Amino acid sequence: MIAYIVRRALYAIPILIGVNLFTFWLFFVVNTPDDMARMQLGVRRVTPEAIEKWKAERGYDKPMLYNRRAEGLGRVADTIFYEKSVRLFVFDFGNADDGRSIRQEILTRMWPSLALQLPVFLVGLAVYVTFALLMAFFRATYIDFWGVVLCVAMMSISSLFYIISGQYLLSKLWNLVPISGYAGGPDALKFLALPVVVGVVSGIGSSSRWYRTIFLEEMGKDYVRTARAKGLAETAVMFGHVLKNGMIPILTGAIAVIPLLFMGALIAESFFGIPGLGSYTIDAIQSQDFSVVRSMVFLGSVLYIAGLLLTDVSYTMVDPRVRFE
Amino acid sequence: MPVILWTDVLVFVLAVAVLAYFVHVHRQPHLLIPWRRVTQSAYGMSALVVLTTFVTIGLLDSIHYRPTLESKAGQGTAYSTEVSSVFDALASPLRDRRERTYSAPFATRAYARETLEIPGLDGKVRQVREFPRLTWGGAHLKEEARRNQDVFGRAALGMALAALAWLALAGAVAWRHAHASKRRLREAWRAIWGAETRTPWRAILITAGALLALAGPVLTLCGYYHVLGTDKVGRDVLYLALKSIRTGLVIGTLTTLVMMPFAVLLGIMAGYFRGWVDDLIQYLYTTVNSIPGVLLIAAAILLVQVQLDQHPEFFQTTAQRADLRLLCLCAILGLTSWTGLARLLRGESLKLRELEFIQAAQAFGVRDLRIITRHILPNVMHIVLISLVMDFSGLVLAEAVLSYVGVGVDPSMISFGTMINAARLEMSREPIVWWSLAAAFVFMFALVLSANLFADAVRDAFDPRVRVGALAAA
Repeated sequence: MIAYIVRRALYAIPILIGVNLFTFWLFFVVNTPDDMARMQLGVRRVTPEAIEKWKAERGYDKPMLYNRRAEGLGRVADTIFYEKSVRLFVFDFGNADDGRSIRQEILTRMWPSLALQLPVFLVGLAVYVTFALLMAFFRATYIDFWGVVLCVAMMSISSLFYIISGQYLLSKLWNLVPISGYAGGPDALKFLALPVVVGVVSGIGSSSRWYRTIFLEEMGKDYVRTARAKGLAETAVMFGHVLKNGMIPILTGAIAVIPLLFMGALIAESFFGIPGLGSYTIDAIQSQDFSVVRSMVFLGSVLYIAGLLLTDVSYTMVDPRVRFE
Repeated sequence: MPVILWTDVLVFVLAVAVLAYFVHVHRQPHLLIPWRRVTQSAYGMSALVVLTTFVTIGLLDSIHYRPTLESKAGQGTAYSTEVSSVFDALASPLRDRRERTYSAPFATRAYARETLEIPGLDGKVRQVREFPRLTWGGAHLKEEARRNQDVFGRAALGMALAALAWLALAGAVAWRHAHASKRRLREAWRAIWGAETRTPWRAILITAGALLALAGPVLTLCGYYHVLGTDKVGRDVLYLALKSIRTGLVIGTLTTLVMMPFAVLLGIMAGYFRGWVDDLIQYLYTTVNSIPGVLLIAAAILLVQVQLDQHPEFFQTTAQRADLRLLCLCAILGLTSWTGLARLLRGESLKLRELEFIQAAQAFGVRDLRIITRHILPNVMHIVLISLVMDFSGLVLAEAVLSYVGVGVDPSMISFGTMINAARLEMSREPIVWWSLAAAFVFMFALVLSANLFADAVRDAFDPRVRVGALAAA
């Protein structure tokens, strides 16, 4: 099994190289540093000197792939590709446009993101599974019918509405929690309560409905019929058999997103003023800070691939039928 | 002067393709069977009624032209720089009646106090802080106090008209049903209301009735009041909400249209040829998938923005510029979302290529291209169709989020995203400006909910697994 995991991990390397080349192409070839400078400095009235200065400050004045003027290894190393793209592999992200180290920002900002996302993930999973199991238990009754109707209605509402109405009701009308902001330590609880509730509620529709389908599919299988045939109570069948087996696809699906929890929630963080990676990314997009966007693209891919790897591993651990080919 | 926007062309190409598909289906009994199942689903057909209304508005809003400006004789005709659509012309009472700033629904006075100069009895001009009367909203009223009576009167008139229209519709349906089933009108009527008809006419008529009951009063009122209030620069919110429909529809449909050829081609090739082709395509979609979607879209849109800024020669009007950006957004969304469909098609083709009829074709020496187009493609079309309708609602929702991040449609383009974005600041005003958010919510919810319900009906009718599951449960 270790060989299997190692092989899966090695498979990630070409993907990361692909992502790296793709982002390089997108950010430096399609859109040259000159374009970036012009965009930052204003499109119309900009002198060539100003562009050169802007590029030099950020190290974009080097050749793209091959430096004729440098010696030895420097011919490859002293280029934009090496400095800006290859260095990402050792998590050297360089500096943002405001001069601060992106790596340092990521290290400090991932904790608020995680503090928001982890409760959303755990509470959400519990709520969705409970709701889905309830609907599956009362299948083909009015509870099931209206539960599904509720799910479809809830998934038709934009996440922006959940956030805006949550802020309006809980913070403005009822004054329960602060409308936005963040503080470290135990104070964080007060600021995180609303974003967590909103995060969980906005996911109920699609997740519960999906989990319900999984449970119903599981209930149609032969072993469930056998369990009923041997006279087990419906609750024992549900909790002992259906829940247990239904959790396999649910958990393995959920594990894939665990690494991405570090990335935070883009929209929620910027609405609630939480200084996490999500709001960092949004700010970077809005101020057109390409070096931050590039770093986040790479970080996101790394975390996504880590999630895929975790899924593979958890499958082999949970389900003995998976073969190591 | 007619103006042909890129998205208009694609929208009409799509509309023609859909029509051609239905003509084709009508001639093929085996293709008609699943669609029959769709038409028998009560909620699916109710959703279709609502969707058809939205699509009609969207199509009317997709015929663009530049109105002629009045010019002196001998100067040649000049055209306005503003691009209008047929829908704009129909909704000109909404479009042209602009106030100066916010006003609440059915308001006769503005939302904020202004300093007005009122000539007093003694001839002196006094300055008063007052809520000024609106230029258009309720301007026909002689006494403001009689506003409520006036509104109810007009609403009742609208309701009466709607009831007449609905009765005519229901009568036509009953007559047709009676004619088709060779029964008397009375029996047909009873069958419809007892939900005994194959096509769920009762559900369709109830939905149509609800829509008419909303549209009737709005039609009679919207010429005299701002039914949903006005926004910050005084535009009628009802007009904005109706214009947003086209943007949502374009994003929801064109994106899938753009990505479908890639997904179908690559997915089938990977599953059919296997070997290195499969490895390459799998590598391609894992790589694209691993890049966070929003970031990829953001990066690509920023680049498009740069290109548009540098090439002002691509477009003559701001509408054309906004349209080009919308098209780019669709293309980018398509490029990031083809992976899911490609993966499904790969799996299905892997299964299909092992089946006897394909192996027989191979044994006869039929070329690969022909096997793919003749044997595999028709057998995976249901997956393409299902994913097409299932993706629609997600894309409409995505537009709102992307516009909030600032990488969605052009800020000058009216869309649900830009409406919500503006509404965010309005919520913190005192007194609260709730109407534009509420309007965006209701219209978007109606669009996405009906799309979701219709997609469910289509999936249930086309997905063989669902039917097996339904049989097993029964």
